Amino acid sequence: MNFWQKLFSTGKAQTTDTLVPPNRAAAAQQPAVWQGIGFITGKKTDIGRQREQNQDSIYTFESFLESSVGQDPFGIFVVADGMGGYQKGDIASNLAARTAAEYVIRHIYLPYLSEEHSAAQIPLTEALQNAVHLANDAVVQQTPEGGTTLTMAVVMGRQAYLAHVGDSRAYLYHQGKLQQITQDHSLVARLVELGQATAKEAQSHPQRNVLYRAVGQTESLEVETYLQPIPANGYLLLCSDGLWGMITDDEMTSILNEAVSPQQAAESLIDTANANGGDDNISVILVGIG
Amino acid sequence: MPLETQRLQNLNTNDAANEQILPKGAILQNRYEIMRILGLGGMGSVYLARDLNFTKVERLCAIKEMISNTPDPTVRKTALYNFEREANTLASINHPAIVKIYDYFSEGNRSYLVMEYVEGQNLEQIINDLDTHAFLDEARVLRWGIQICDILTFLHEHKTPIVYRDLKPPNLILRAGSNPEQLVLIDFGIAKAFQEGQKGTMMGTEGYSPPEQYRGIASPQGDVYALGATLHHILTKRDPKLEPPFTFHEAPLRQFNPGISEQTEHVVMKALNYEMKERYTSAAQMKAALQHALKSLTHSGGAHFPSPTDGTSQTRPASQAPTVAFGQNVSPNAATTVIGNQAAPSVRDAPNINTGQGGVIAIWAFRAEDEIRSSPTMGDGLVYIGAYDNNVYALDAKNGSFVWKYATDGGIASTPFFYKDRVIFGSEDRLIYAVTSHRGKILWTCPTEGKVRSSVRVDFEHAFVGSDDNRLYAINAQSGRVIWRFEAAGPIRSTPIIDTEIVYVGSDDGHLYAVNMQTGKMKWKFRTNRGIISSPTIYEDLILFGSQDWTFYALNKTSSWSIWRTRTNQAIISSPTVKDGIVYFGSVDGNLYALDATSGRTIWKFRAGSHIVSRPAVSDNAIFFGTNNGEVISLHLKSGKERWRFQTGGPVPSSPLLGEGMVYIGSTDHNLYALPA
Repeated sequence: MNFWQKLFSTGKAQTTDTLVPPNRAAAAQQPAVWQGIGFITGKKTDIGRQREQNQDSIYTFESFLESSVGQDPFGIFVVADGMGGYQKGDIASNLAARTAAEYVIRHIYLPYLSEEHSAAQIPLTEALQNAVHLANDAVVQQTPEGGTTLTMAVVMGRQAYLAHVGDSRAYLYHQGKLQQITQDHSLVARLVELGQATAKEAQSHPQRNVLYRAVGQTESLEVETYLQPIPANGYLLLCSDGLWGMITDDEMTSILNEAVSPQQAAESLIDTANANGGDDNISVILVGIG
Repeated sequence: MPLETQRLQNLNTNDAANEQILPKGAILQNRYEIMRILGLGGMGSVYLARDLNFTKVERLCAIKEMISNTPDPTVRKTALYNFEREANTLASINHPAIVKIYDYFSEGNRSYLVMEYVEGQNLEQIINDLDTHAFLDEARVLRWGIQICDILTFLHEHKTPIVYRDLKPPNLILRAGSNPEQLVLIDFGIAKAFQEGQKGTMMGTEGYSPPEQYRGIASPQGDVYALGATLHHILTKRDPKLEPPFTFHEAPLRQFNPGISEQTEHVVMKALNYEMKERYTSAAQMKAALQHALKSLTHSGGAHFPSPTDGTSQTRPASQAPTVAFGQNVSPNAATTVIGNQAAPSVRDAPNINTGQGGVIAIWAFRAEDEIRSSPTMGDGLVYIGAYDNNVYALDAKNGSFVWKYATDGGIASTPFFYKDRVIFGSEDRLIYAVTSHRGKILWTCPTEGKVRSSVRVDFEHAFVGSDDNRLYAINAQSGRVIWRFEAAGPIRSTPIIDTEIVYVGSDDGHLYAVNMQTGKMKWKFRTNRGIISSPTIYEDLILFGSQDWTFYALNKTSSWSIWRTRTNQAIISSPTVKDGIVYFGSVDGNLYALDATSGRTIWKFRAGSHIVSRPAVSDNAIFFGTNNGEVISLHLKSGKERWRFQTGGPVPSSPLLGEGMVYIGSTDHNLYALPA
């Protein structure tokens, strides 16, 4: 059934896969995720246990949009994992996140407020690509020694539009299952695809951190875009490799299943990554729509 | 003072850099005087230096510097040991095409390798210096490949066999002034000993190394792979460093450089196999294959292409999209695919007329009294088709025998819609008709104020159809009663589609409209720059359609926000068909496009050479459409390669219908054809 129909015909969720387990929800008399319309998010970035600085950057922008179309949430969510020498990676990730977000606000969010849509508007995937290319140019020019991953979700209504470069990831968490949306632009990911390494070997491969595509490395850059509806009671999870490199998908899933709120889920994910060693910086953004 | 500040900063930066780089005139080991820097590497620099032991003659050498920044003394010691061991091995190699090692030494945290200075450009520089559309001469590159095989064979069969492991264009120098040309292999990747221990997310795959090397396997077949990758880069100019690793199999050479012979492509692709055992077992074996390719090239193949002598042949630009019909062998008007390296078929004997691949012969044909521009539909074993002789015909789907016809007062441009016990269609006489599907008896008519060329779509018991009176009608399918009318600013000829209670339709006024199915009120509109005749289709959250402004659009169906778009070279009238996440449509530019529906990325493109107005029909493994020069074409769905063609006697704007193992399609030659699918 269509999500909108579901939303408007029943007025509340019929599935039980909420972040609030039914028993607790009942105890707290929580209508859980269906309280009004808007984003329900959790976010955190952490230095981890092994690094001297946090080179990850996260960015979030959440708004409501009132238009003839209806009330739609609009959001921008970015995870960027910087790389390069001291204070280069963090500058690169920060710059990339800001530059991309600014472009999206200017060319998608602001025009989105106007009602008349036409061929004159930049198509969304093009705009997303432009945003990442602009971020790429900025990093190439301003911190040539640095680079960054960039995974950005622009959420309009129930639809998430993703732009992605590098090995940060976007997942969809829905009905107790975690499904990876993005593809890592890493050497080991390719080796796994080719059957030259197993997923397990990849976890400890000496070159597991080696990317073949990142923002700020070359003047031209191929940007992956994805389209992902966020179903009712579904959550979009964006994270850096400091999370998925330290926690298995199963661990992530059970943490999400147990969590009482997205914010608590984000914190718990990071705590677990740290408990497992915290080898790298860890960033998490969780986005649901109530 | 801003100016001074700036200068100061620059100075500082230079100082920082200079710390690492040896200045001109610096002397190492009391023997090597630095003259200038030749290049910057990841681990240090390469210098041009003079050997002061030679006082009478100027003996130049190249000195490669490796700076170890590892703080761990054990790691550093191991690196140094490995370096010295490898340098020792290399010093014992004596081959004219391998750079000579004269000396090595370490000073502090820096290690140095003193080598023969080879004057010339490396192969990467040579590729980068080519004009955008120019490629290196194939025969010349093959000769290089043969030389490299010789060098590799020498290394592999050395008394202590050496696997080179780092073959790539920058490590091959074309010795300046050599005639015949001589390549010299430099840089034995010795620096790798110092590169361990880096942490955190980082960039850099070489792009030329075989997959097994990342499992620690170094073998002669690994060098064969790297040679394949090197030749691939040189011949195609596709830089593997900028591509996902191990994607050569997705990039056959001729896709980038159509001038390459099939044999050469075969040799290079074989070397690039993921599985070691599928490659040539030795460099010697690959050499034989390259020699064979060179021989057949100079004997026959060379004559096919204007063969350049200066090594910078002007070839067609490499196409970005994997186009099926590549240029070089085809006369400009021949709308045919080139398979393999066959001689150019002339238009006259092109293998396409009625007896294309598969030799398609019509199973049956039904002749109307005038042109058929509309498309067939099917129901209860009958095929329904409208013609410009004002009739809608019902025919037996199996054998084409006449069952009934219904005459209106105008030409039928629209496709009938089969619904329960009736067929519903519009006519240029301004009426919409519902007749019984079995006998063609009238059930109702519904008047509009313009010719009806839009086709009917029935959903939720209502017929939705546009008219040249600018209106979209919602009609009760049972009674023929108009429920609502929606007014656009121009004729509506596009066929509506209904999804989650929204009716989407295009108009000649250039807008795509989304109209509430219950109320007939507009939800949104999206303006393109020309009229929209193409009928929209839905895929997931997207609405997909073409416009006569040459552009194909994908909008979010809820918000009307444009998600992606692709521009063709002419108007788009053909309606899209989606199957398995891929959208197919034709353009007046003569191409049939297959694009990824969510991203707009080109999967393939087929050049039919004539306007495509027809909406493609898709089966599990094939696609069918008509063209303006009267052909019905079928392609393999996956590859976009041609299956067959069938020639009719007039343009085919009609869209094919699949059923009963057949393709039904009308032609302006008055016939409705049933072809084997």
